[in-house]
Amino acid sequence: MNVEAIREQFPILNQEVNGHPLVYLDSAATSQKPIKVIEALNSYYHLDNSNVHRGVHTLGTRATDQYEGARDKVKQFIHAASTEEIIFTRGTTTAINMVGYGYARHFLKEGDEVVITQMEHHSNIIPWQQACKYTGATLKYIPMESDGTITLDAVRETITSNTKIVAITHVSNVLGTINPIREIADIAHENGAILLVDGAQGIPHLKVDVQALDCDFYAFSGHKMCGPTGIGVLYGKKALLEKMEPVEFGGEMIDFVDLYDSTWKELPWKFEGGTPIIAGAIGLGAAIDFLNEIGMEEIEAHEKQLVSYAQEKLSTIDGITIYGPKQRSGLVTFNIEGVHPHDTATVLDAEGIAVRAGHHCAQPLMKWLQATATARASFYLYNTNDDIDRLVEGIQRAKEYFGDVF
Amino acid sequence: MSFNNLDTLYRQVIMDHYKNPRNKGTLADDTITIDMNNPTCGDRIELHLQIENDIVKDAKFEGEGCSISMSSASMMTQAIKGKNVDDAVKMSSIFSNMMLGEELDEVEMDLGDIEALQGVSKFPARIKCATLAWKAMEKAVAEDEKQ
Repeated sequence: MNVEAIREQFPILNQEVNGHPLVYLDSAATSQKPIKVIEALNSYYHLDNSNVHRGVHTLGTRATDQYEGARDKVKQFIHAASTEEIIFTRGTTTAINMVGYGYARHFLKEGDEVVITQMEHHSNIIPWQQACKYTGATLKYIPMESDGTITLDAVRETITSNTKIVAITHVSNVLGTINPIREIADIAHENGAILLVDGAQGIPHLKVDVQALDCDFYAFSGHKMCGPTGIGVLYGKKALLEKMEPVEFGGEMIDFVDLYDSTWKELPWKFEGGTPIIAGAIGLGAAIDFLNEIGMEEIEAHEKQLVSYAQEKLSTIDGITIYGPKQRSGLVTFNIEGVHPHDTATVLDAEGIAVRAGHHCAQPLMKWLQATATARASFYLYNTNDDIDRLVEGIQRAKEYFGDVF
Repeated sequence: MSFNNLDTLYRQVIMDHYKNPRNKGTLADDTITIDMNNPTCGDRIELHLQIENDIVKDAKFEGEGCSISMSSASMMTQAIKGKNVDDAVKMSSIFSNMMLGEELDEVEMDLGDIEALQGVSKFPARIKCATLAWKAMEKAVAEDEKQ
């Protein structure tokens, strides 16, 4: 993989921040966008902008073709059985909430269980807390090992015949833990439960085949995989999506509207009320083309090298704590003794290095880690070992800086 | 930005308050306690105020957070002790304006150590760290007025 050639396709990376060349290590929050994606949005608005599924005119047809074309790209990218299973949403949060409202609240009852883990992002915790409060079902957590992984024994012990929904992240946004989705799906299914996967941190970095994973729902965001913000996907198995109720009612999603009752369009449109996120979907389609040209296996291998280099280099810093397992996706979450992570992030920013500091929308996990906040460096296909060297130097300077004043 | 610019944020006096926080601790039960956090970053303050006849008799805090939020809490408690609650609230609004980059009117009120935080206004991402303790104080005064 030619990283220099890839970097040239991301114009934003070619700039100085606070007098230093930018080192962008916050792709787990949002990835940068290649020219191809920016141009797809530009070209749509310059040439083809129109509403979809209704215009008889030529622009309407072009917009519809591109929008539905993007759905087909998503279907192929995740190897879904059909485009009926691909629902465009605003992002992962909206996708999970759609299942929380349209499925969980309709089918859960008292005595049922929803099983999640403590490493979830808030967006894969709160929808289930709310669904459980609403239906009287019980929320349960699969216990974690001390390195931030879960064992299949723990999964088997937590999931029971009362479990109706299991919701788990593919990759932890804090620890980088990669969960064994296929095995968890099998255990869920043996117990008559369905499995929803939060794929926000999975799909940008790993090759995802929803049929091989055998998950029932897979939710993800476009903006973490080189696409624009405001677009995401809910994949669902057709039989479940047919049972699931729409959560937004209005234009686009109806079949017949009478004075007192209405019927819905077929899949996937019954879940896409209102004018959809047309430009966003087209941009996501362009991002998928871009990732496919490079190859997800190549990206995964590149990040594997980066993260092991980062672990090796960072672990040489005195007073650093690195959270999470050795085998992980492309991010490193850490703390420096005596320096609060916000201060670390500010010193790094002064050096042109962008990292995230805070609780990463995972307060229950922070509690488990016994940390109020942490700093996180996350990598993507455009990062290099030089970026990591700059990070290590930056951390050393943060230590010196705070060491000096104390 | 060089390390000199960082020095505008992390002034010596800030670091002194961070390292040796004044008024760290809790007060007895008959005081007002306010818990406040910054949900976007996880900083947390538990502020205890003892207010008698509209005078802040005592102020203490516990909490977790970065150098800016904790030093600001230390300076705030130091500044409002012995002050009339109206003056404390007025000071808070001066502080907010200072965070928005407004020049201080020296005559209006002596802010003492707090002026050291002026540099935070140049770091927009950190302003919420600095204002957390002040927001907690304003809430505590409002609670007191309700009682």
